[in-house]
Amino acid sequence: MKHLLTWSSITVLVVFSVLGDIVLSRAMKQVGDVHELWHRAGWWGVAKRILGNANFVIGILAMTGGFFAMLFALSWADVSLVAPAAASLTFLGNAVAAKIFLREKVDRRRWIAAALVAAGVALIAG
Amino acid sequence: MTLRKYLVLAGVAVFGAVGDSMLAHGMKQVGRISIHHLQEVVLAVLNPWVAGGILLLLAFFAAYMSALSWADLTYVLPATSMGYVVLALMARFALHEHISQLRWTGIILISAGVGFVAGGPSRTPHPHEEPELFEENEPEEEPEEVAAGGVNR
Repeated sequence: MKHLLTWSSITVLVVFSVLGDIVLSRAMKQVGDVHELWHRAGWWGVAKRILGNANFVIGILAMTGGFFAMLFALSWADVSLVAPAAASLTFLGNAVAAKIFLREKVDRRRWIAAALVAAGVALIAG
Repeated sequence: MTLRKYLVLAGVAVFGAVGDSMLAHGMKQVGRISIHHLQEVVLAVLNPWVAGGILLLLAFFAAYMSALSWADLTYVLPATSMGYVVLALMARFALHEHISQLRWTGIILISAGVGFVAGGPSRTPHPHEEPELFEENEPEEEPEEVAAGGVNR
């Protein structure tokens, strides 16, 4: 039961996180470099531009869902299992999703990084 | 990549790791939440450690959004994974959790993955975007791509 609840909540957390990361990344690319924007438009301009972005709002909702799944998981398992496992699985999911949905160039270097992280996750969970 | 950008990436790693650790400490005090009392997960934010963790995660989020505004998602995530090492050290020395040799090995492999991605280009140029956006990254990218045997430039 403990393992089932832990890994179910980690799975929910990963799905929310990948969805959140992908739409937030798209949102911030639409917003543009916030440092440059801050020089041109100030804090208020940056806040308006970010909060007015629909992808940003969707991303926040997904991240909020993931956050409560994370709290639930942490009530059942150690942070040294939950945080790396969820974040690493999210990273693998993101590598695939970023290539498909964001058309990022996921080259050999990035795939090797993904494989090392996957191995690391297997060891942490074992 | 400028010093400011490296500092933002470091902020993502450190704020995230410390924030997660504070959440974990708080949730240990709150205790296990039953599947039949899921509303307790919302009340957990009243715990001071959970509340402090949320504040740090807000700082993490601001740094993360800033990083995503000028770098690829598949660059930001691994580049900020040094947070795992910070997290492991916090779990071991601040929360006194036991970390087995296997978990340490896993953490080392994850860190190696970080090393692989960190030297590469931070952003995929997309044809519909203005080329000036990528200029400051160019000089660092070229030798790294050759070293990796990259053929797709």
